[in-house]
Amino acid sequence: MDKILPLLQHNARASIADLAKSANLSEADVAARIARLEDDGVILGYQAIVDPQKVARERVTAVIEVKLTPEREGGFDKMAERIARFPEVQGCYLMSGGYDLLVIVEGRTLNEVAGFVSEKLATIKGVVGTGTHFRLKAYKENGVELKREVGPQRLAISP
Amino acid sequence: MNLTNHIASHVRGIPRSGIRDFFEIVQSMQDVISLGIGEPDFHTPWRIREAAIYSLERGHTGYTSNLGLPKLRERIAQYVSKHFRVGYDPATEIIVTVGVSEAIDLALRALLNPGDEVLYHEPCYVSYNPSVVLAHGVPVAVPTHAADNFRMTAEELAKKITPRSKVLMMNFPCNPTGATQTREELEKIARICIENNLVVLTDEIYSELTYDGATHTSIASLPGMRERTVFLHGFSKAFAMTGFRIGYACAPAPLTEAMMRVHQYAILCANTMAQDAAIEALESGDNDVAMMRKEYEARRNFIVRSFNDLGLPCFTPLGAFYVFPDIRSTGLTSREFSMGLLEKKKVACVPGTAFGASGEGHIRCSYATSLEKIKIAMTRIAEFVAEVRK
Repeated sequence: MDKILPLLQHNARASIADLAKSANLSEADVAARIARLEDDGVILGYQAIVDPQKVARERVTAVIEVKLTPEREGGFDKMAERIARFPEVQGCYLMSGGYDLLVIVEGRTLNEVAGFVSEKLATIKGVVGTGTHFRLKAYKENGVELKREVGPQRLAISP
Repeated sequence: MNLTNHIASHVRGIPRSGIRDFFEIVQSMQDVISLGIGEPDFHTPWRIREAAIYSLERGHTGYTSNLGLPKLRERIAQYVSKHFRVGYDPATEIIVTVGVSEAIDLALRALLNPGDEVLYHEPCYVSYNPSVVLAHGVPVAVPTHAADNFRMTAEELAKKITPRSKVLMMNFPCNPTGATQTREELEKIARICIENNLVVLTDEIYSELTYDGATHTSIASLPGMRERTVFLHGFSKAFAMTGFRIGYACAPAPLTEAMMRVHQYAILCANTMAQDAAIEALESGDNDVAMMRKEYEARRNFIVRSFNDLGLPCFTPLGAFYVFPDIRSTGLTSREFSMGLLEKKKVACVPGTAFGASGEGHIRCSYATSLEKIKIAMTRIAEFVAEVRK
């Protein structure tokens, strides 16, 4: 795997100069590698990880289990892509187990999310059932614990 | 009553640690960034802490066997065999100790008669010289040099051998230099040990933290060496478990038995919860170690490049989490440099001389601290060096 990718996944805001030092590469090399990762669609974007409880503008998030009857041509993919295209949908995954798609939907209010599910999602041809679970509280986002532990207590100097 | 006269003379003779006064100054200052810390900045991985909590919940609060929990010794035997290619019998050849520090003390007390000479490379960990003195041995330092990237060479070792030489102590990857040994050099050293009938104490506490895909070789795995080697290892560095105080020694049965005699009367057994946590570390800690190693490696690259950019030559160490840059071009001694840097720029590092006289001209900087802090520290060091050179 590219040396730069894990460093960017750890901190997408690291400067080219710092990345070059950490990966032991030249700055020009780092810039070229990032450009290639972006061009190839390996890196899709850079986003902030936000604590939803600390944002004044409240959002409602639901996890929706969707059961499908796959289409004759296109199977699950075509239907999943159709669902994923809605801007309300933040995540969409084909799953093993008791249902087919896991869809993460975000809206301003409970009614807005409920409306999306009943009017848009459930009415799509081939959707045979949905199960909606609203999120109550977040503890970890994108691998970051929201209640961060302070670093370990260490002596200021030790042998 | 004047108690000073009651203190044993060999204890009175031990100097205060070279980092003690730095520690006191740092304690009294605000906003210091410390590159002087010899322990991981990571928390102990949660699964390991959870195992320690579970140990308490189950009421594992009694003594264990003097040698340590049988299950832990079995896991240690498997781990050492897999990673270091040396086999030990968990029933008779492994002893669990309160960190490697205790294991060193046990081994020296078990081996030395008064006046026996113990060879060790220098710069080295701060306890080596005093541990030998406390065991009534005579410490004999083998200097290592910046020109060799602080590897111990067979030539330098051979120069220090006398008829009283009994033990060679070594620690690679090395605290404070980050130096590692090549297999070829270890083979030459092993030959000297066999020719001179030396016992080797090899402290390999940093072996998991080996970078650039380099493979760590244990001297215990070389032909003819297992029978004369005490292999020392622990959980503090690779698994970020310093406060658990848990380590171990592997050695042929008669030596393990001798160490156990000292251990059973001095310590009885290592902490039981820590032993349970150590089992978890060996069973499922590999991914955590790999994650930390990757992070240390990126920081190492950063700090090595930064020192070299400043004109303070610093070789790229292949192990541990220390760099040992050469500061002689500033015209300062390592103590003056460290003190000045602390007072003027609030960055703490440890003068090379804290690890033996041959550390003069160098400072030890630990990169077991976040990249953000390392960046700020390096900016301040650059300012300090520029002011000194003016």
